[in-house]
Amino acid sequence: MSHNFVPLPDQPPPTASVGAIGWLRRNLFSSIGNTLLTLLSIYVLAVSLPPVINWAFIDADWVGVSRDACTSGGACWVFVSARFETFMYGFFPAEETWRINLIYGSLFLCMAPLFFDKFPYKVQLGAFVIFVFPIFGFILMFGGVFGLTPVETSQWGGMTLTLLLASVGCVAALPLGILLALGRQATNMPAVKSMCVLFIEFWRGVPLITVLFMSSVMLPLFLPEGVSFDKLLRALIGITLFQSAYMAEVVRGGLQAIPKGQYEAADALGLSYWKKMGLIVLPQAMKIVIPGIVNTFIALFKDTTLVIIVGLLEILGMVQNALNDPNWLGYSTEGYVFTAFMFWIFCFSMSRYSQALERKLHTGHKR
Amino acid sequence: MKILRISVLTAVATAGMALVGSAHAGTTFDAVKKKGFVQCGVSTGLPGFSATDDKGAWKGIDVDACRAVAAALFGDANKVKYTPLNAKERFTALQSGEVDMLPRNTTWTYTRDTSLGLNFAGVNYYDGQGFMVTKKLGVKSAKELSGAQVCIQAGTTTELNLADYFRANKMEYKAITYDSSDETVKAFESGRCDMLTSDQSQLYALRIKLADPSSAIVLPEIISKEPLGPVVRQGDDEWFNLVRWSLFAQLNAEEAGITMKNVDEMMKSADPNVRRILGVEGVKGEFLGVDDKWAYNIIKQVGNYGEMFERNVGQGSALKISRGQNALWNKGGIQYAPPIR
Amino acid sequence: MADETSERDIPAKPRRLTDPKFRALVFQILASITVAAFLFFIVRNTLHNMELRGISTGFGFLDRVSGFGILQSLIEYDESSTYGRTFLVGLLNTLLVSALGVFFATLIGFVMGVLRLSSNWLINKLATVYIETFRNIPLLLQIFFWYFAIGFNLPSPRQSITVGESLFLNNRGLYLPAPVFEDGFMATGLAIVGSIIAVIFLARWARKRFEATGQLFHTVYASLAILIGVPTLVYVATGMPMHLDYPTLQGFNFKGGLTVIPELFALTLALSIYTGAFIAETVRSGIQSVSHGQTEAASALGLRPSWTLRLVVIPQAMRVIIPPLTSQYLNLTKNSSLAAAIGYPDLVAVFAGTTLNQTGQAVEVIAITMSVYLVLSLVISVFMNWYNAKMALRER
Repeated sequence: MSHNFVPLPDQPPPTASVGAIGWLRRNLFSSIGNTLLTLLSIYVLAVSLPPVINWAFIDADWVGVSRDACTSGGACWVFVSARFETFMYGFFPAEETWRINLIYGSLFLCMAPLFFDKFPYKVQLGAFVIFVFPIFGFILMFGGVFGLTPVETSQWGGMTLTLLLASVGCVAALPLGILLALGRQATNMPAVKSMCVLFIEFWRGVPLITVLFMSSVMLPLFLPEGVSFDKLLRALIGITLFQSAYMAEVVRGGLQAIPKGQYEAADALGLSYWKKMGLIVLPQAMKIVIPGIVNTFIALFKDTTLVIIVGLLEILGMVQNALNDPNWLGYSTEGYVFTAFMFWIFCFSMSRYSQALERKLHTGHKR
Repeated sequence: MKILRISVLTAVATAGMALVGSAHAGTTFDAVKKKGFVQCGVSTGLPGFSATDDKGAWKGIDVDACRAVAAALFGDANKVKYTPLNAKERFTALQSGEVDMLPRNTTWTYTRDTSLGLNFAGVNYYDGQGFMVTKKLGVKSAKELSGAQVCIQAGTTTELNLADYFRANKMEYKAITYDSSDETVKAFESGRCDMLTSDQSQLYALRIKLADPSSAIVLPEIISKEPLGPVVRQGDDEWFNLVRWSLFAQLNAEEAGITMKNVDEMMKSADPNVRRILGVEGVKGEFLGVDDKWAYNIIKQVGNYGEMFERNVGQGSALKISRGQNALWNKGGIQYAPPIR
Repeated sequence: MADETSERDIPAKPRRLTDPKFRALVFQILASITVAAFLFFIVRNTLHNMELRGISTGFGFLDRVSGFGILQSLIEYDESSTYGRTFLVGLLNTLLVSALGVFFATLIGFVMGVLRLSSNWLINKLATVYIETFRNIPLLLQIFFWYFAIGFNLPSPRQSITVGESLFLNNRGLYLPAPVFEDGFMATGLAIVGSIIAVIFLARWARKRFEATGQLFHTVYASLAILIGVPTLVYVATGMPMHLDYPTLQGFNFKGGLTVIPELFALTLALSIYTGAFIAETVRSGIQSVSHGQTEAASALGLRPSWTLRLVVIPQAMRVIIPPLTSQYLNLTKNSSLAAAIGYPDLVAVFAGTTLNQTGQAVEVIAITMSVYLVLSLVISVFMNWYNAKMALRER
């Protein structure tokens, strides 16, 4: 009686639910509504995509030096390539652009190790990038020492200026933002707290345009007679104050996320306020808020375009400027698409990075 | 303790700053002399008046006004730094001290002269507001343009004149106001508006920015007086005098026939008027607080008024504007400068 | 620090300097003095500088005649109006573009946010592409793009793109037929107001009945029937006292009808698309924050998917969505100030632009402008906080 039960081999799943067909059924045609939506979007794509691709790639002109090279009716990327130098470096003297390249290069070298988990000296390197590197970069940009030709700030422009405004604004706003956030959390000091709240809410409530306008034309009125700063510096002051308010709110989020026990433990150890904050709370809080800081950095990076309003020519300003050149009239779409692409690359990769960080840092703080 | 110490320090420092603030107050003249260059407020780009060439150097009548002042003060016309300003920012920038002088094709008006804390140092270009339309519109006079959409630059007297003109002629219009002249031209070119209005000189300047300059015409009507000149802050007479007489020196030089080329020979001239202008005899530069050769430096480095005009907006330029009202008084124009004596 | 070790020996009251309360007080006084001194310093400098340069001060300029034209005005305005009036015109234009932007951005954002979670792969990816593209490109660039690259390349009025000879799109704007109300329209207007009030009462009654008996009433259909039906009936009964004024080409421009100027069009478009992408992300994360157990429980109770969405998911998601939604609305309002870049006559362009320039009173004008934005921010956040409190979970 050896009736051993031998199950039959599994039947293959119906052909309609596996492979390409199954995928299509599940993801595109799962119901009547979905089928209609799918067909509609396919139709829209079929109508809109080919002309765009034709314009941007197939019919486009890529090589040449003047608008005469643009004959095929598609996009004229020659405009971008002919003006590429000014878009990147502004009016920085052509023979000095190696200085900007050197800054980019060394910054890349400094930043690269930070992306590897195994690298042991992350904190030190990070501090170097934030505190020492700007001095190096400033010397290279400004010149005037070590035999470097001085380059006035009015000649700075293009992508370089965009990056400079965003990074300097962000780095300078961080300490101010931390102080403001601490002030806002200081419940035992109502006067300080309300001043911080006022400051933060003021800067968050007004548009950056008015801030820039104020810093650009009204700041000298606020200062003692005869004291005046460089136009770029004034824009930077405005941006920093504006950004510090946003930074403060991000940091506050981090401070609030730290369990109360940590504060109490620090108090119990008899640490002074600054030791408690500096050694216990902030290191933990800052770790949580890094993604938030990256996000405000992205926002600031996009907002730097507004400096056009006060006459500084960052990359969008340079493109606008080039579009007014009688030799290149009528290529605004190309110019804007190029600028959009540049911004998109930066912002998209940064936001992906911040999301990845968020996932990575999330582990330690699930409560 | 630390907190206390820090806050005491901050308080003291702030109080100190407040004290320092009141301690030094100087005139623009001294301040400019000390820093070694003239900070010059110019337009963001208007060919013939102030615009950068393809090498990024500033050129134009208004630029030369600053260069003349620098030549008079420092003996070097290149000691100028430029701040491009749009029409909106210009007065605030001058009032706040961001720039030392503002020769930015700015119209001399009663309100500006009296209520803004500014002084107009003279007129370096007599202008009037006009209209530019596309040829295919087929109009001969601005009077045919009722119901038109007009492109205009923000913060200018033209905005007011336009309103006056249409009101006076009982016509309707829509003003589309842009921040910069570049945008105005772009909008005009795209057909966003039927006409563009601005000072006539600017219309010619803007027309060469069109892809096809011959597609637009400038209508004959001139609807306003627009005396353009360099502006300085009020209450700063030394500086005001320098700016004003730098312009007058150029006009006097043209009248006396002193040019960039012959100025060195003219130094030996027997004509007492020429000798006075060039500071060889009679008047002294110290009345202005500058070197005796101040006028010589202006003429040598910037040229006389006529040369400056022809080079920037006249026959020597792409604009090809005729002298017209801007000829000297004895040649049918109204440019007239008080004598140097 | 050396003092602190010795302090340990003192058992009773701590010394005043180490008493946290005392220190907090002293620190606050010092901080207040510092800030006050700093403010005083700035104000004094400004007054001194203004006096020195003979700049006129005060708000008297608001009563002077402006003398310039404004492209678009929601209220009566001409060249003989005052500078104060230009402020109102600019403010209303700002409010108009912000309101339009908020409306369309919310619409786009909610649709895209839901599509982003669609099980349909293609739709899902399209929504993702939309969100990731427009979120990561500066708003000013998008405004320039719609205005200069697209708007300026539209055909001239004579070659307008037209839909049914009543709607025209060209480089001068979008021309729509405008309703013209005749004498008897009052009745229809009253009918509209009346039916709105009726709908509000109906909704209240329906909710009460639902809470008391559990019976659902189709409020949406009923309200729609009332809202559309009653005014239409009255309108027809009074003899259709309204006609449409169609735009017609006269000379080189369209006359009549309703005009949406290209500046407003481009600005609204850019603001809605940009902010819509952010709102979509907010909506997505809001919906995702509702735990899966909730949907499963609803299914287990036998609720239909549409009811699950309406009764279970959305009410809970809204709580997560509203706070970030508020800040998006605030951002949109502030971003509407970019109007100045393309010549849309908003507050910044008209008041902080032309008016400032004609009067030269920068300090007053900028102060007024900034306060307006501050007040707007405050109003929006107060309203949204109120709404948030209303929607918040009432824990028992």
